[in-house]
Amino acid sequence: MKAIDPHIHMVSRTTDDYLQLAIAGIHTVAEPAFWAGFDRTSADSFRDYFQTLTVTEPARAARFGIKHFCWIGMNAKEAENLAMTEDVLALMPEFLDAPTALGIGEIGLNKNSRNEIKTLELQLDLAVRRNEMILIHTPHLEDKLKGTRIIMEMILSEPRIDPARVLIDHAEEHTIKEIKDNGFWFGLTLYPHSKGSPERAIDVVELYGTERLCINSSADWSVSDPLSILKCANEMRRRGHSEAAVAKVFYDNPKSFLSQCPKFQAG
Amino acid sequence: MSPPYQTMDAMEILELYFVENRARLLDIASFLDRIDRYEGAETARADFRYTAFQNAVDLLKSGAAGRTAAIQTIFSDPTTEPLESAVGLKAFGAWKGETR
Repeated sequence: MKAIDPHIHMVSRTTDDYLQLAIAGIHTVAEPAFWAGFDRTSADSFRDYFQTLTVTEPARAARFGIKHFCWIGMNAKEAENLAMTEDVLALMPEFLDAPTALGIGEIGLNKNSRNEIKTLELQLDLAVRRNEMILIHTPHLEDKLKGTRIIMEMILSEPRIDPARVLIDHAEEHTIKEIKDNGFWFGLTLYPHSKGSPERAIDVVELYGTERLCINSSADWSVSDPLSILKCANEMRRRGHSEAAVAKVFYDNPKSFLSQCPKFQAG
Repeated sequence: MSPPYQTMDAMEILELYFVENRARLLDIASFLDRIDRYEGAETARADFRYTAFQNAVDLLKSGAAGRTAAIQTIFSDPTTEPLESAVGLKAFGAWKGETR
């Protein structure tokens, strides 16, 4: 089957993973800017990182016939350093202009602190000024419910942002209804130890339907699986869902959401 | 998403998922036994995470619908005020019961 992984951190994966994606049928990926597993000490590190996302990774992916897109943003985990955040924000427009940059992301909250909120506010403002799409990272574990609500309130209070151009990612059972009710897209992440399993993801499909839903691996440097979306598609198939419904969730939906950015083209 | 997608009935779901979930249940039992067996068990059992875990287990047994979302809520921070700073903080998996 053909599938799109709308959230995968290929900078942390081996070149062999690109081959595995290609032969398995994942020919299009989108890579949000994220926390590298350590706190960076200057905006120069982000410049190099954004260069990797917009130049190196598309070239590495192209060797295997994979289209690689990215999101540019200042992640919440490093947002406590407001001085560095401002320097990083000053860099972002240059990289948002790249032909494969789809919008601002993944931005959001981590521990729901005041500086994280300030950083998100600045990036929402940048998104409004540039009419960029937005990919939202929601906090992990016990902080998710509170953080998701704060994020939604911030976005909904800005009438120039259309929720249909925003995907709120890492949604879980206790946040999905509110996200959907507010008109946003939502993302489910298949992450073995701390987020969702294929079984739970397909439970969500059955409970909430296939509309405005994208499922991703978020595969990165931690315990994760770049082929997890295909394992999830197989779970959906074994429950008796039609091939058309499976294709909608794993190909048509990410294509529809990402195609709102004219730079996007599915492979 | 509404049926007719659902070609299986509840017995078939039980059949399909029973063994793997039995194994998961045994992992949880083993985790709790391990805490009991190690030195400092009393302290661990008084920890906010252990308490939240026990509350979640109680909820599992309740037979109420929507257990997954309800358990997520048990572990969640219910407050609405932002933290003053996130420096040095990490997620624990359960809310400690106060703003850290």
